[in-house]
Amino acid sequence: MTGLLRLAFEFFKTGLFAVGGGLATLPFLYAMGTATGWFNAQDVANMIAISESTPGPMGVNMATYVGFTSFGLPGALLGPLALVFPSVVIIILISKILNKFKESKLVQDVFYGLRPASTGLIIAAGLGVAKIALFHLDQYEITQNIADLLNYKSIILAVVIYLVLRKKDFHPILMVVASAIVGIIFKF
Amino acid sequence: MKELVNLFMAFFRIGAFTFGGGYAMLPMLQKEVVEKYHWATEDEIMDYFAIGQCTPGIIAVNTATFVGYKTRGVIGGIVATLGIITPSLIIITLIAAFLQNFADLAVVKYAFNGIRACVCVLIFNAVTKLAKKSVIDKICLGICIVVLLLSLFSPLSPALIVVLAGIAGVIFKRTGITGGEKK
Repeated sequence: MTGLLRLAFEFFKTGLFAVGGGLATLPFLYAMGTATGWFNAQDVANMIAISESTPGPMGVNMATYVGFTSFGLPGALLGPLALVFPSVVIIILISKILNKFKESKLVQDVFYGLRPASTGLIIAAGLGVAKIALFHLDQYEITQNIADLLNYKSIILAVVIYLVLRKKDFHPILMVVASAIVGIIFKF
Repeated sequence: MKELVNLFMAFFRIGAFTFGGGYAMLPMLQKEVVEKYHWATEDEIMDYFAIGQCTPGIIAVNTATFVGYKTRGVIGGIVATLGIITPSLIIITLIAAFLQNFADLAVVKYAFNGIRACVCVLIFNAVTKLAKKSVIDKICLGICIVVLLLSLFSPLSPALIVVLAGIAGVIFKRTGITGGEKK
């Protein structure tokens, strides 16, 4: 029981202090592993690999993984719940405050700057995915051969998806499932 | 009650099919939250992303709480949050219990490489749709480009970049420098 309490406390702390999402939780995880002995750096690497190849927010995935491997099912429930608890409270408080000051000139001026900033950050995130998905940067570094730089299969798939979506606005879920199947059939 | 079920299920779907981090959920949010249920506008989603970036916690979770709270108060915020984390709980528990070598399986790698190509296009389409609404004048375009360059090439944390953009917004508005209408 004390172990579970410790788990909840550790993830509560992570949720309260890790600002900016999944990767921001990593330093906390390393520290947690060292402090508690629940897992080592190799386990963290394995955890990251699994979190990155499964859907869902990476921080939640890692909290579930740590919780389960350390304390079984109760841990798998408690870890992620403790992780999101602080931010749920904080966001509800912020929502209440925002509702009160929605009409304020200052709040509107701040949002005037924030909205294009969000757009810029999303474009950066998209470019990050594109860099990994459409190019073989690691292979190019070894061979220095331009022909090795492009991931032809992925580029063709991306173009096809783009053209399909121009014709009809299919649900993203459908496109994700279809691309997974294409990836498996054609051994991407 | 029905709306709470809808909130849970919509965010469950978003959690189950968002690959590649917080911002990759934008295409799903546009579809489910903006177009299908009208729980929030695209502008509001942008606000949530920006605030979620500089408050503690995971951006995807913060956005779920925002949308849930706006729709159905505190209960809504909790239900939407539980919705987005439930798929992770189920999937990761199963993998940790039965498939420790999951990430090394060839079939998983193939599927995931296919999905990544798809996610690029989904994000591209989502951003072009969005930019028409959030980048309303030349000042906004400037802020967007500077933020993009800073996040690609500077060591500044995204949280700090967002705060600076907010300050820039106030300064531009207060000094009366406006970008004029974008054609």
